[in-house]
Amino acid sequence: MIKVENLYKNYGNDVKVLKGIDFMFEQGKTYAIIGSSGGGKSTFIRCLNMLEYPSKGKIIFKGQEITDGKTNLNKVREKMGMVFQNFNLFEHMNVQKNITYALKKVKNMDEHNAVIKASSLLQMVGLKHREFAYPHQLSGGEKQRVAIARALAMEPEVLLCDEPTSALDPEMTIEVLKVLKDLAHTGLTMIIVTHEMNFAREVADYIIYMDQGQIAECSKPEDFFTNAKTERAKKFIANML
Amino acid sequence: MLLDVRFNFELMMEWAPFILEGLGIVLLISMISAFIGIIIGFLCAFLKKIPIIGAFVSGYIDLFRGTPVFFQLYFIRYGLPALFGLQLDIFTCALLVFGLNSGAYLAEIIRAGIEGVNKGQIEAAKALGVSQSNIIKDIILPQAVRKVLPAIVNEFITLTKETSVVSVLGINDMMKRYSFVVAKTYSPIEPLVVIGIAYYTLNKLLSFIGKRIERRMKYD
Repeated sequence: MIKVENLYKNYGNDVKVLKGIDFMFEQGKTYAIIGSSGGGKSTFIRCLNMLEYPSKGKIIFKGQEITDGKTNLNKVREKMGMVFQNFNLFEHMNVQKNITYALKKVKNMDEHNAVIKASSLLQMVGLKHREFAYPHQLSGGEKQRVAIARALAMEPEVLLCDEPTSALDPEMTIEVLKVLKDLAHTGLTMIIVTHEMNFAREVADYIIYMDQGQIAECSKPEDFFTNAKTERAKKFIANML
Repeated sequence: MLLDVRFNFELMMEWAPFILEGLGIVLLISMISAFIGIIIGFLCAFLKKIPIIGAFVSGYIDLFRGTPVFFQLYFIRYGLPALFGLQLDIFTCALLVFGLNSGAYLAEIIRAGIEGVNKGQIEAAKALGVSQSNIIKDIILPQAVRKVLPAIVNEFITLTKETSVVSVLGINDMMKRYSFVVAKTYSPIEPLVVIGIAYYTLNKLLSFIGKRIERRMKYD
């Protein structure tokens, strides 16, 4: 599904964030990217849909190299939904418009069908009654669920989640994780940067442990949490649990 | 002759229609200049980010914010013919100066508004596959304009008042008519009150309209 080859990302000459990543994301699987802060997790996931341009290396999405500088990134991003730590809802649009906007502008869907689609997605994330609320009237958990609905409306093949619950209090974290959990193993490929170890263990097919700009380890959760291969991963798990 | 210090209401009413005839020209210059200014302002706010063009834009903004309107009017009216042999009629001069002048101020105001829009929303739109032009049109501008609308209205009010300088070019606005009336009646106060009321009412109206638009654009 997504193949990453020899990916590097530097800021200037001194700050090297990603130092040679090779990885293959398989279709329909759920990946949890974990690791300490500053390890390059967010940069990595943001490179996957080219919100950050890699300094070196290739990203191949469904057989097409998207790092070649010629690819229409808007077309690629249509198929890769993204959920952010800070929700990033459009503040001047109500919940319904947040969801229908890209449907109309990018997918050229008519108003009627877009509204129907938005309302069924809001039903799914349990926010049907908040259709006409503005983002500032919502709680953090509600905002993030709207953001998930907005991403899903485009019917992406991949959903990238960059620390979706890091800005939420524990109660709201639960409601957002529940939505994400229901999405896993529905055919959607999910890549989630998270600090929620229990969630990662429960939902992910693979745990990707990132350390110092590289993928130090990728294993199934049961192996990772009981028998990590690297010392650093073991230490990290011990600190987290 | 001694200045008659008592306020002569009849005198005021007598000359009011004559002075108020100049209101039309004030409105015309203000409105056309505001229109030119807002277009220049939006263009410059975006062009300022482009490398070489941006330097010129900054230079223009700097020049027009750094010199008085009076200087700008005289320069365009008398400087351009002297330097480039370009003679413009007084009305064109006025529109050019006030258009460029308010454009310079509006460019800075609008730029601040654009920069105030949360970058995360722009990323979210990008991640949805929204094109750059649609991001500017639907995400950035509505929020930027909403944020700086009070400042824009403020700039329009300043503009309306500043147009009173055009009398130096001989344009027959209210100030020009005022000088005429004073010369004729030796009464400086009565016609002045007419002008004060006219400008005050005009700008009160402007800020009222601004508040209405502000309320309509409200989302928070």
